[in-house]
Amino acid sequence: MGSNGQHHLMSFKTHMVVIAALFFLTVVTVWVAQFDFGAFNIVIALGVATVKALLVLAYFMHLKWDSMMNRVLLGSSFFFLGLLALFLFLDIYTRVDPRA
Amino acid sequence: MSTVNHKVAHHFRDHDHEYEASKQGIWLFMCTEILMFGAILVGYFVYQSLYPEAWFEGAELLDWKKGAANTVVLLTSSLTMALAIFYIRSGKRQAAIWNLVVTLVCGFIFMGIKYVEYTHKFDVGLFPGDISGYANAVSPDLNMYIGFYYMLTGLHGLHVLIGMGLIAWILVRIIKGHYGPDHWTGVEGVGIFWHLVDLVWIYLFPILYLV
Repeated sequence: MGSNGQHHLMSFKTHMVVIAALFFLTVVTVWVAQFDFGAFNIVIALGVATVKALLVLAYFMHLKWDSMMNRVLLGSSFFFLGLLALFLFLDIYTRVDPRA
Repeated sequence: MSTVNHKVAHHFRDHDHEYEASKQGIWLFMCTEILMFGAILVGYFVYQSLYPEAWFEGAELLDWKKGAANTVVLLTSSLTMALAIFYIRSGKRQAAIWNLVVTLVCGFIFMGIKYVEYTHKFDVGLFPGDISGYANAVSPDLNMYIGFYYMLTGLHGLHVLIGMGLIAWILVRIIKGHYGPDHWTGVEGVGIFWHLVDLVWIYLFPILYLV
């Protein structure tokens, strides 16, 4: 960052390594879905998806070389999403069962 | 290497200032996108926990092979989008153009597969908000799952279409010579948007098709 006009240019090779990792993780996503881990199914699926998402964010979206400000901005959206999920589930499960 | 004639807007110090400000604006926009898709997904999980049978029955109706194919298509399009930025910054305009064309083609393939999936569901009577024509429903709450399915994939599909429009626009501007190694702000912004569309699908695929 700064006004010296210096921006990191990711190499062609890194692009290829990242896409190979993303394809590999897609295979893992499908493969791991064959097994039943009960309640952990969703945790594992979201875990693999998050690794893929981080690869896209860091390399394809160049966040690895971006400013701390932009990283914090993005992180804040996930933080508030977490708050939404937390209080929504707390609310739903401390009420009378809506199905009753 | 070609140099482009770009005039920095008068309220910016220099080109870098303009570039960083523009990119920050795109990231803020991405935050609102994450919150929008995220809110629907949180709702999806709440109802999944309340009506697990409906969710199980609904996920069985989807063809994971088509979802997996679309994942590969979108990941490939993300690569070519990133490469387009790489080439425009390296001064290789022609390579950037071809990579954007491939990205656009991937967008069409994605929407094509989506079209096949939707028409198949319409054929068996599964419409958004109305599944009364579907004879094999077991769970009385299946309508809820189908509603979330159409909402999530529909909103995502709309983003793919808008992204394709933006890529076509950027493609024309590159052909016209508006972008080069010393100015690629627009390409970077559209790229970030396109990658976010890919990012959303990375989550939608296992959540809708597999779990």
